[in-house]
Amino acid sequence: MEYVISVMLSGISVGGQYALIAIGYTLVYGILRLINFAHGDVFMVAGLMGIYFTATLPIGVALPLVIILTVVLGFTIERAAYKPLRSAPRMSVMISAIGVSYLLQNTATYVTGGQPMTYPDLRLLSNTVNVAGTQTKWVVIVTPFLVLILVFALTLLINKTKVGMAMRAVSKDFETSRLMGVRINRVISATFIVGSALAAVGSILFFTNYPAITPTAGAMPGLKAFVAAVFGGIGSIPGAVIGAFLIGICETIIKGLPSSWDVSVFSDAFTFALLIIILIFKPQGLFGEAATDKV
Amino acid sequence: MEKKKRSFSALICVAVLLLFVVFLENLSAIFPQVPQVFMPTSPLFTVLKKAAVYSLVAVSMNLLNGFTGLFSLGQAGFMLLGAYTYAILTVPTAMKDQVYYLFEGCAFDFSLVDMFGGIFGSEGAGGAFSMVLGCLVALILAGAVAGFFAYLIGIPVLRLKSDYLAIATLGFAEILRAIFQWQKLGKITNGANMIKGFPTFSSFNITNSSGVEVLRLSTFVPFLISSICITVIVLLINSSYGRAFKSIRDDEVAAEAMGVSLFKHKMLSFVISSFFAGVGGALFAMYVANAQAKAFTSVMTYEILLIVVIGGIGSVSGSVLATFLYVACSEWWLRFLDSEQYIGSFKVPLLRNGFRMVVFSVVIMIIVLFFSQGIMGNHEINLGALIDKITRRSKRSERKQ
Amino acid sequence: MASALHLENVTMQFGGVVSVNNLTLDVPEHKIIALIGPNGAGKTTAFNCITGVYRPTNGLIEFMGNPIVRSHPVGKEARTYKGNNADKYAGEPIISPTPDHITGLGIARTFQNIRLWKSMTVFENVLIAKHQRAKQNVFTATFRGNHAEEERMRKETMELLEEQGLDVYKDELAVSLPYGLQRRLEIARALATQPKLLLLDEPAAGMNPQETIELADFVRTIRDKYDLTVFLIEHHMDLVMNISDYIYVIDFGSEIAQGVPEEVQNNKRVIDAYLGTG
Repeated sequence: MEYVISVMLSGISVGGQYALIAIGYTLVYGILRLINFAHGDVFMVAGLMGIYFTATLPIGVALPLVIILTVVLGFTIERAAYKPLRSAPRMSVMISAIGVSYLLQNTATYVTGGQPMTYPDLRLLSNTVNVAGTQTKWVVIVTPFLVLILVFALTLLINKTKVGMAMRAVSKDFETSRLMGVRINRVISATFIVGSALAAVGSILFFTNYPAITPTAGAMPGLKAFVAAVFGGIGSIPGAVIGAFLIGICETIIKGLPSSWDVSVFSDAFTFALLIIILIFKPQGLFGEAATDKV
Repeated sequence: MEKKKRSFSALICVAVLLLFVVFLENLSAIFPQVPQVFMPTSPLFTVLKKAAVYSLVAVSMNLLNGFTGLFSLGQAGFMLLGAYTYAILTVPTAMKDQVYYLFEGCAFDFSLVDMFGGIFGSEGAGGAFSMVLGCLVALILAGAVAGFFAYLIGIPVLRLKSDYLAIATLGFAEILRAIFQWQKLGKITNGANMIKGFPTFSSFNITNSSGVEVLRLSTFVPFLISSICITVIVLLINSSYGRAFKSIRDDEVAAEAMGVSLFKHKMLSFVISSFFAGVGGALFAMYVANAQAKAFTSVMTYEILLIVVIGGIGSVSGSVLATFLYVACSEWWLRFLDSEQYIGSFKVPLLRNGFRMVVFSVVIMIIVLFFSQGIMGNHEINLGALIDKITRRSKRSERKQ
Repeated sequence: MASALHLENVTMQFGGVVSVNNLTLDVPEHKIIALIGPNGAGKTTAFNCITGVYRPTNGLIEFMGNPIVRSHPVGKEARTYKGNNADKYAGEPIISPTPDHITGLGIARTFQNIRLWKSMTVFENVLIAKHQRAKQNVFTATFRGNHAEEERMRKETMELLEEQGLDVYKDELAVSLPYGLQRRLEIARALATQPKLLLLDEPAAGMNPQETIELADFVRTIRDKYDLTVFLIEHHMDLVMNISDYIYVIDFGSEIAQGVPEEVQNNKRVIDAYLGTG
C-alpha cells in the first residue's frame, strides 16, 4: 500500500512537471503549427542555469533569474530561428527547430564539459516529508498544486486578456487574424515567453527530483511532453495537462513494476506507443478539433 | 541517344572513383615514403569509410524527405534493424558463446558465413568467398528486415500529416531501440551489450599466407556497396515511379486526382528508403565493428537530416557531397577546435573539448536560416554532362592546334 | 441515351453545414453538361464527391451504369444529419474509393485553383498522368525493363502537348507558363489519364474573352476527338450558354433549375439566385 502511494505520488509529480513543458508545446503548435523540438532543450538549459546560479547567488535571486533568462532564451530563439522562416514551408521551420536543439545540446556539452551536473539542494523542495507513511520530497507534494495554480492563471490570461484573445484568434486562423490587425509577431513572442517561463518552473521542479543533468536530459522529457500535448488534443491546455498527468503516472507505474520483468526500458517507449495509438484512433486527441482540408 | 551516353559516362566516372579509392588505399604499400596522410591509420580513411556509409543513409533519407515529401525521422531505427540483422547473421558460430556470454550463448546458433563456409570451404579462397557471400546475403537481409518493418509501421503512420508523421516515426525508432535493449531478448540481441566479432570492413583486406596484407580493400568495400545502392536509388528517382513520388511531394491532391495512389507510392518510397537505411545500418555496424542499440538515437537521425539539408533537399549529389564535407569536418578538419591551440605564445581562446560541435551547429543554423537551398538546392551534379563538356573542350583545343 | 454519370440524392454535410443537398443529376454520354450556381453554391464540393476527394454523407453515384460511390450517414453523422433520404441507402454497403481509383475508372478532372506540380516541367506534368496506366512495376521501372512502355508514354505525352500547342514549352517549368496556358496544360494532363468523362472546374476562370471563345471550340474538339463526355462548372455565362447541351443550376447546395440553355436563361429562380431577391 505504501508502495502504491509513493508510486502514485511521484507519478502525479512527474506528470505535473511534464504538464508545464507540454503547455509550451501546445501553445506554440496551436499558433505556428510547429513542433518546437528545441523546447525540451530550453528546459534543459533552464536546469543548467539553475545549477550555475544557485552556486553563486542566494536562492531568492537565483530562481527568478533562471526564469527571466529562460524567457529571454525562448524569445531569442523564436526571433532568430523561426521568425525569418515565417513564409517558408513547414518542414523548413521544423528543421530549424531541430537545428536549434542541436545547437543548445552542443553548447551545453561545451559549457559543462560533458559532465553530468547535480542539481543543488533547494532546502524547501528537497526536504523530505512523511505522507501516509511514505517518505517523500516536498517537491512531490508542491508540484501538482503549483501546476494547478499556474494553469488557472494561464487560463485567465488566455480567456480574459487582450493578448489571450489575440492568441486564440491567431490559433484559429493565422491569415485572417493578420488581416484583422492582430500583431502576429507580438502574439507569437508572447506565446514563447509564456511557454519558456513555464518550462523554467518545470525544470526547477523536475531536476530537484532528478539525479543529474546531461546535455541530452531535456530531449526525452520534451518529447514526452509533446506526446502529452498530442494526447490531450494539440492546442488545448486542459488536454495537455491531463495528457501529461496520465503519461507521468503510467511511466512511474512501469518503472515501479517488479524488476524481474525488466520492463523499465520501456518507460520511454510506452509513451511513443501511446502516441501512435492515439494518432491512429483519434488523431485530434482528447479535446482537439478535427480539421478538414479544403481542395 | 544523348541520355544513354550521359548515363554511360556517369557510370565510368563512378568506376574511376572506385579504382582511385583502391589506389589511394594501397598507396602506402606501393610507395612506403608517402606522407602520413596516406598511411592506413590516417583519419583520411576513417573519414572516407564513414562518409561512404553515411552518404547512403543520407540519400535514402532524401528519397523520402526530399523526393516524396514525407517528413520521416525514423532513419536511426531502420539503421538499427539493419545493423542487428547483419550482426546476428554473421557472427561466426564459434564466437557466439564469447559474445553472448552474459546470456550463456545465443538462441540463434547459425551464421551465414559459416553456412557458406560449409559449402565452399572455410580456408583460403573458398573461405574468402564464403565470407564475401555471407556478408552480401546478410546485407541484403539487413535491408529486407528494415523494409519489412517499415511496411508494418507504414500501414498506420503513412496516413498521418507531415509533422505527425515525423513524431510517429521518431517514436517507432525509440520503441525499437527499447526493444533491442530489453534483457529478456538477450539471447538474440545481447541485451544492452554490443554484438561483436562479425566481419568488418578490414576483413576484406586481402592477406597472403603469412598474414601480410597484400591488397587493402577496407575503404573500397563501403564505397562499392554505397555506390551500387545510390545508383539504384538514382535509377528509381529517374523512373516513372520517381516522377510519381515527386508529384506527391509537389501536390498530393493533384497527384491523387491524376491516378497516383498515395498509399501505394508513399509505402513504396518508405519501404525502399528503409531498405537502404537498413543496408546503411549494417555498413555502419561494419564500420564501428559492433552493433549496439544505444548508438542509434534520434540524435543520429537529426545528424543525417541536417546533412540532407546542407546538401539540398531533393538533390542526391548534394547529399553525397554534404556527407563527405560534414564527416570530414567533424572527424578531421575541425578536430583542432577541440584542443588548446597556440599561435606563437598566444593561446587561442574558447578552444577546448566540445567547441567543434558548437561551431558546427552554428554553421548548420546559418545554412538552415540563410541558405535554405543547401549546397545544391534540388539540382544535381551531372557527371555525364560534365564529362561531355570536358571532352568537347579538349576536342576543340585539339582542333585549334 | 446511356448516361455516363448519374448522381442520385447526393448530400454532403460538413458538421452542421449542408454543402450539397440531395443533388440528383444525369450526364448523358458524349454530351457537354454544365453545373452552375452562385459562389459557395456547392459546385466544387459536388465535384469532390464524384472524384473521391470527399465521401458524400449520403447518396449514390454511378459511372457508365455501375455504382462507384455509395454512402449513407454513419455514427455521429447519422445523429446530426439534416438531409433527406437517409434510409434509402442505409442497407447497402458504403463504397468510397480514393481519387486515384476513380481516375482509374475513367474520370479525370481539372482544378478551380490550378494545381500543377510546380517543380516539374510541362512535359513531366503530362507524363506523370500516364503513370497509372503503364504496364510496369517498381522493379522493371527502376532497372529499365519497361523500356518500350516508357517510350510509348513519352511519345503519347509529346503528341498531347503538340495538339495543345504546348510542345514549344515542354522543358519550361509548368508554373512559369501564362495563366491561360496553365489551364490548357491541366486539361492536357487530365486527358493523359485516358478518361471517358472529363470534369472541368471553372476552365475559363481568369481568361480573356478571346481565350474564352477559343476554349469553347477547344472543349468541343477534344470531346469529339477523344470520344469524351464533359461535365463542367463555370461562372462565365457566355461560355456556358454557348457550349452546354444541358444545364443544372444549384444554389445553397440544392438544385433550383435545370434545362437547355434557353430555359435556364429565362428561369426566374435562376435570375433571383444570381442577382439576389430584393
